[in-house]
Amino acid sequence: MTGLAHEDATVDVTRRSRSDQLSVRIFRTFRRLPVHLTIVVIMAIWLIPTFGLFVNSFRAIEDMSNAGWWTALFPPSDLTLQSYEQVLNTEGVASGFVNSLIITIPATVIQIVIATMAGYAFAWMRFPGRDFFFIVIVLLLVVPIQMTLVPVLRGFAATGLAGSFLAVWLAHVGYGLPFQTYLFRNAMSSLPSEVFESAEVDGANHVQKFWRIGLPMIVPAVAAITIFVFLGIWNDLLVALTYMGSSPNRPLTVVVTQLLTSFGGGWQFLTAAAVLQMALPLAVFLGLQRYFQRGISAGAVKG
Amino acid sequence: MDSRIITVIAAVIGIPIILVGYLLVTERLISILPRKVQPRVRPYFWIFPAVAFATVFMVLPTINTILLSFQDRKSQAFVGLANYQYFFTNPDTLGALKNSVLWLVFFTGGVVIGGLLIAVLFDRVRYESLAKLAVFLPLPISAVAASIIWKFMFEYQPEGAVQTGTLNAIIGVVGVGPIAWLVESATNNPALIFVGIWTSMGFAMVIISSSLKAISTELLEAARLDGASELQVLRTIIVPLLLPTLTVISTTMVITALKVFDIVYVLTAGAYDTDVIASQMFTQLTGAGHYGRASAVGVILLLAVIPLLVINVRRFRREEAMR
Repeated sequence: MTGLAHEDATVDVTRRSRSDQLSVRIFRTFRRLPVHLTIVVIMAIWLIPTFGLFVNSFRAIEDMSNAGWWTALFPPSDLTLQSYEQVLNTEGVASGFVNSLIITIPATVIQIVIATMAGYAFAWMRFPGRDFFFIVIVLLLVVPIQMTLVPVLRGFAATGLAGSFLAVWLAHVGYGLPFQTYLFRNAMSSLPSEVFESAEVDGANHVQKFWRIGLPMIVPAVAAITIFVFLGIWNDLLVALTYMGSSPNRPLTVVVTQLLTSFGGGWQFLTAAAVLQMALPLAVFLGLQRYFQRGISAGAVKG
Repeated sequence: MDSRIITVIAAVIGIPIILVGYLLVTERLISILPRKVQPRVRPYFWIFPAVAFATVFMVLPTINTILLSFQDRKSQAFVGLANYQYFFTNPDTLGALKNSVLWLVFFTGGVVIGGLLIAVLFDRVRYESLAKLAVFLPLPISAVAASIIWKFMFEYQPEGAVQTGTLNAIIGVVGVGPIAWLVESATNNPALIFVGIWTSMGFAMVIISSSLKAISTELLEAARLDGASELQVLRTIIVPLLLPTLTVISTTMVITALKVFDIVYVLTAGAYDTDVIASQMFTQLTGAGHYGRASAVGVILLLAVIPLLVINVRRFRREEAMR
C-alpha cells in the first residue's frame, strides 16, 4: 500500500506546474529540516569549543573568571592582547615554540630521507631476508611506544643524552620509521615496473633510479607523509615529556602541560599558550588541506 | 638561545649532508666489490639506517622491557611475577585497566559508529564539504591543546556562582547542574572519552566518506524505491559494503584507545579514578621510579595488541598475494 502511494507521488511530480514545484521544494526542505538541524548541531559541537578558547585568549583575567567567553561576543567585548604578552614574555612559551621547531624539523627530515631509501629498497631490490625484515616492520607498526620507554630512557640517562635535542630526534626517528618505511614501500611499489626497467636498459644505477624516477613519481605521497610526520612530532607530548620533561629544551606541548599543572587556576596563560601551540598545525592544515585528506585516504595516519 | 641557533644550523645543513654522504660513500664502497656481488650487498646498505633505528629504538627495548618486567624496582634482582601480581591486585592499576577497557569499547565504538553516521548524514546535503571540514578541524590539533579547549567546556564553579564553563552555562539555562564533569565518577570517564572521540572522529569520517562515494548510487536508489527505510539501507547495504574499511579503522582506533595518554594526563592527570594503562605506566616510571612495575604495565599493553598484530600481518600477506 505504501509502495503504491509512493509511485503515485513520483508520477505526480512530473506533471506539476511551476508554482506547484516551488511548494514541493518548500515541503521537501521542511521535511529535511531534522537532517539540517542535526548537521548544524554536530558542526557546532565540533567548532564552538575551539572558538571559545580562541575568544578567551583575547580576554582579560578578571573578565574570564567573571563571565563566560560568549559574553565577549557582544559589546563591550574588552578584548586585549594581555595573555599573549604575558605568556610570551615570562612563561617559557616563546622558548618552547622555538624548541618545538628545533625538535620537529630535523626529526622529520631524517625520518623521511631514511624511510624513502628503505622504501625503495624494499620495493625494487631483491635480496635474501627482504620479506623477513619487512614483516618485522609490519609487526612494529602495532607495538606501543610505551614498550620502549624504560630501556630507552635509561639508555639516554647512561649516555648523558637525556634532555638533549639529539635524544629526542633519535627517539622520534626510531619510533616513526617503521610506519614511514611501510608507507613509502607501498608508494614505491605501486609505480609501474616498466619505467625502472627502461631506465636500467639506459644504464641507470639504483641511486639514479631512486633519485630521478622513484622520488619524483611519488611526490604527492612524500608531501602528505611529510605533513603528517611533522604534525605528529609537533603535537607529541609523551616522548618529549619522558626524555626531556625538565630540560630547558622541552617543546611547547610540555611547556603548556606544565603551565596547567603548576598554575592551577591560571587560565589566562593557558589560553594564549594553547592557541600558539595549535596555530602552526591549523595553518598547515588550512593551507594544505588537499594533501591532508588525500594523505588520510591513503593511510598516512597512524593512530 | 645562541647555542640553539647553532644547533639548528648544524642540524639543517649537517643532517642532509650526512644522509646523502652515506648514500654516496656506500655506493663508492660497493663499486669496489666484484660486479657479481654488488647487487647482493647494496640492498642491505639501503635498508640499514631504517633497520638500525628500528632495532635500537623498538626491537631491543621491547625485549629488554619484557626482561625488566620480571625484575625489581631498580632492575637488580629477579622477582618472578611480582610486578604482574601487583598489577592484577592493586586497586589503582585495576582501576586503570578497567578504564582502558572503557576507552577500548566506547572510544572505538564512538569513533567508528559516529564517523559512519556522520559520513552518511553529510552525504545527503549540498554543504557536505563545509560540514566535513568542521568535524575534521580538530585533527591537526594536538591532544594537549584539545584537552585545554575542553577544560574550558567542562569548567565548573560551585552552585550559585557564575558558570564560566560552556557546558554548565548551557545546562544552567534549563535549571540543571552545575556538574563537576571531570571530578564526578559518573561523568569524568565519559567526558574524557568524548574528548578523544571529538579529536579522532574526523579521521574516521574522511576514510568512510571516500569509501561511501565508491558505492553506486543506483544500488542505494533502487533499495529506497523498493521501500527500504534509511536504516535498512544503512544496515543491509552500506555497512556490509564498508566492512573492510570499518575493520581497518577499528584496528587503528583500538590501538589509539589502548595508548591514550595525553588527554588523561592533561585533563585529570589520572585523578578521580580516570587513570588508564598508559598514564599508569608513566606514573610508575617517572613518579614512582619503579622500572619493574612500569615495564610490566608495558608488557600488558603489548599483550593487548597481539591480536591486532596477527590481523595486521594477515592483511599484509593477503594484500601481497593480490599484488
